[in-house]
Amino acid sequence: MVTPVIQVQDLSKSFGDNSVLHRVSMDVATGETVVIIGASGSGKTTFLRCLNRLEEPSAGTVRLDGIPVVNIGSEKQIADQRSQFGFVFQRFNLFPHFSALDNVAIGPEKVRGMSKSDASALALAELKRVHMSDHAMKRPVQLSGGQQQRVAIARALAMKPKVMLFDEPTSALDPELVQEVLDVMKELANGGMTMVVVTHEMNFAREVADRVIYMENGKIVEEGPPEILFREPKSHGAQRFLRHLTHE
Amino acid sequence: MTIDWGIIFKSMPLLGHGVVVTLQVSALASILGLALGLVLGLCSLSHSKSLRWIVAGYVDFIRGTPLLIQIFLVFFALPALGIRFDEFWAGVVALSLNSAAFVAEVVRGGVGSIERGQSEAATAIGMRHRQILVYILLPQAYRQMVPPLTNELISLVKNSSLLSVISVYELTRAGQAIISVHFVPFEIYTLLALYYYVLIKVLSWLSGRLERKLPTW
Repeated sequence: MVTPVIQVQDLSKSFGDNSVLHRVSMDVATGETVVIIGASGSGKTTFLRCLNRLEEPSAGTVRLDGIPVVNIGSEKQIADQRSQFGFVFQRFNLFPHFSALDNVAIGPEKVRGMSKSDASALALAELKRVHMSDHAMKRPVQLSGGQQQRVAIARALAMKPKVMLFDEPTSALDPELVQEVLDVMKELANGGMTMVVVTHEMNFAREVADRVIYMENGKIVEEGPPEILFREPKSHGAQRFLRHLTHE
Repeated sequence: MTIDWGIIFKSMPLLGHGVVVTLQVSALASILGLALGLVLGLCSLSHSKSLRWIVAGYVDFIRGTPLLIQIFLVFFALPALGIRFDEFWAGVVALSLNSAAFVAEVVRGGVGSIERGQSEAATAIGMRHRQILVYILLPQAYRQMVPPLTNELISLVKNSSLLSVISVYELTRAGQAIISVHFVPFEIYTLLALYYYVLIKVLSWLSGRLERKLPTW
């Protein structure tokens, strides 16, 4: 049997007394696209952030390619391990003082130790992948939200991650800019990238996801292929959540 | 009262020598103070608790004691420990140590004010704490650090007049020398005030230009 890229076991996270994640377990197979849905406050974002240790889990383990993601060892080891996950933020978080190209190149150069010219060449290739190579020299402030998010995706891709994590990548975008970002993500998924996506875009989930996970109160309540989970959700919570969405 | 215009015209070039020394002391002390303050500021942002404590203690000491006492400590107390400077360098060292503490606070505040998402994004691509400080946070903090650093520089120039008490022949001491010979306090102190005022004006103007030159994003 092939080892799943990500193996999560009994992952819990609490902030003080407030338990946000409660013994969540799941696997993600190579090339799989998993979409996580659920109401705000259900723990989706925290779950994603615990995978690459942006948030330190309170308990449980995450394995990447069978190797536990840990917070011991040198700072460099931890950082290297973290860079195996690509992470795309809701608010892009591009570096405003760098051009689009340098936003993408800084990781390969400073983290992977590539020469400046190699890093720039790689960055340009990754920008091409998200159809942003024409804007390589622009600063983030000169780009639209959708363009910024695509640069952010290229920045994550440039680290050659084993898996891409998306935290509501289109929630901060004007409606007319959502599709260009979703299109890029779809191309990635079709290209065989392993992805975990937290999103409210149900059409994207329906079209692209291999599996949809519904979370509620820090637990996975229901999961399955989108065509089944969307058509006949079993749990009460998922039924209510999906009904609420379609009424919007 | 009558104003002694003769002594004013005679004093102006004499005070010019004092201005040169004031500028020398201030320039050296601000360069050293900025450099040391930057290092201290970065230390106060490091992950090491002991480093942060040391810097916090240092800043607390400098803020909690008068500059005049700090000058005396450097000039009169340090020699007892075998560290000896002449007046000029004692002055430079005292002013540098003093301004470094304030610069450290400016650096800490400036870097701390950068949105959290920036360091998260840098962390996510595997950058280490020090790299994030140097490549991501500091460059974004420069611009907003300029106004408080200008204030600090202005204080430094004004504070340099305190060095007259350890006989550094800077602007204030030069004026006092003239007064002690000719007894013309009104003319000379007024003139000193004017000299300082012009110096400070020039500095603020330069800093305003620098601020406009720095990029916004």
